[in-house]
Amino acid sequence: MIELCGRGIVPGVVEAPALVTREPISGFGGIDVATGTVIEPRHELFGVCFTGRVLVFPGAKGSSGWSGFFQSTRLMGTAPAAMVFDVLTTKAVLGAIVTRVPTVVQALPRPLETIRTGDLVRVDGESGVVTILESASSST
Amino acid sequence: MRLTDDEKRMRDGAEGEAVAAAMDLLVRYGDALGAERLVETRNVAGTMTQPSPAKAKLVEEGGWAKAYAVINLDCDRDIEIPRMKVPTCQLQHGFAGDASGLTHYADSSIRLQDDAESYFSDRGVNILATCTPYQVGNLPVRGEHCAWMESSAVVYCNSVLGARTNCEGASSTGAAALTGKVPYWGNHLPESRHATHLVRADVTVDGFQEWGMLGYFVGELVQEARPAVVGKLGQPDLADLKHFGAATATSGGVELYHLPGITPEAPTLEAAFGGARIAEPVSYGARERAAVYDALNSRGTSRDVDFVLLGCPHASLDQVAQLAALLEGRRLHADTELWVMMPRALSSVAFRNGYTRTITAAGGRVLTDSCPAMSRAAPPGTRVFATDSAKQAHYLPAILGIEAWFGTLAECVDAALTGRWGGGLR
Repeated sequence: MIELCGRGIVPGVVEAPALVTREPISGFGGIDVATGTVIEPRHELFGVCFTGRVLVFPGAKGSSGWSGFFQSTRLMGTAPAAMVFDVLTTKAVLGAIVTRVPTVVQALPRPLETIRTGDLVRVDGESGVVTILESASSST
Repeated sequence: MRLTDDEKRMRDGAEGEAVAAAMDLLVRYGDALGAERLVETRNVAGTMTQPSPAKAKLVEEGGWAKAYAVINLDCDRDIEIPRMKVPTCQLQHGFAGDASGLTHYADSSIRLQDDAESYFSDRGVNILATCTPYQVGNLPVRGEHCAWMESSAVVYCNSVLGARTNCEGASSTGAAALTGKVPYWGNHLPESRHATHLVRADVTVDGFQEWGMLGYFVGELVQEARPAVVGKLGQPDLADLKHFGAATATSGGVELYHLPGITPEAPTLEAAFGGARIAEPVSYGARERAAVYDALNSRGTSRDVDFVLLGCPHASLDQVAQLAALLEGRRLHADTELWVMMPRALSSVAFRNGYTRTITAAGGRVLTDSCPAMSRAAPPGTRVFATDSAKQAHYLPAILGIEAWFGTLAECVDAALTGRWGGGLR
């Protein structure tokens, strides 16, 4: 069990499999809110669905519509289960708040180097602790 | 975050439920950012009226009050929406009635938007309906704290006008409009406004296309950081800087740049860096310029052009006058459409000056309120489009799945007249 300690910015506790990307994510023009899928053609998550998963990513990029697009995933039932990111911007922070999913920022050791896609993680948006409960490799 | 007595009163409901919900969101948002306090603003530019499936459903359930509560305040309670507390404008939204029948954009969305305009203008929102509010009367002064969204407007507000805004969203602008407050963080802080990177133009940058290409290069290079740009720069006008900033915010996430000797917070290069050590310059030379041109034209294969799109960000009067001069007495190719997007307030002047008549006589259209990227619609059957905008050349292939050519206004007009793309880097 590995613990990452950061700052919780949206409260709540959730356990779900992680989806990790080293590339920033666009809201407007980058995700399809109806399916909860990344649609930016050259993105490494192109075609991958984030619904119900802990989205671990560096931060937001692109249009100021970022928060509105992620808010829409909540309204359409396609939101991620939680968010973990490093780069603090108005886009990503407001986006996490209106998506209303537990969110931890700037955790150490660094999430992008520590968490792997498929790991079962617990995100505690109150204490700011992200716990890897089960790693993807040990469960296969 | 520390709240003033006045802010605590608002949070506790002294000005009604909607203001309390707005203050609650601002506190959650400011705390999450790590802001120490809020700052007063009397200038909000946001989005309330543009249609979407999620919004249509909310309006059906509980009217525009519900849509505003959920989308613009992140609040699920059934509340009344009062008049906006501070001057607030609507940015660009969906296509207006002038685009009805020209695209697959639904007439039901146009009607929903008209309905929203009545509701929100009754509550004091100025329906400027443009991505360039600074072209039609919303012109903050240097140092003024604003709450704006729309990436190309944010970068213009900070860099060219010297006003101060972060890249806000629908909810934070919705809350700022009802409270006159926004977190004092990021671009609002004087110490967070100095340059971090230096770019030196070693090729001459003059005119609309060159400023757009330089912007695309700078954005890709610095991402969300703050560049200063020096070198062989010609005198830019409003349209050049509008295009430059939009391009930096498209290839990267630039919210603030400095052009020493041109933009207001950088009388000198030293001032741009705020007295800190000046960064090593990155060169923008012939090779870099050619690479940007190739990137913006990498999505074009067929030279048969169906559609020419101008006015991104929304065209200025000068730009529309130039277009009219190029189209005077000529006629578009039978298979090619040409649209120029502009704020409705400017289109009335364009009409008055005869520019609109010249453009429509040639077969083109002057359209308002939106653009193909925002409304996700182009003329039916479009496979290949041409534009003078780096931003549209970047976004439309991804959003609409069409091919793109990027060039000068004259090359775009030539494509509209001949149906063929003949542009190239000169």
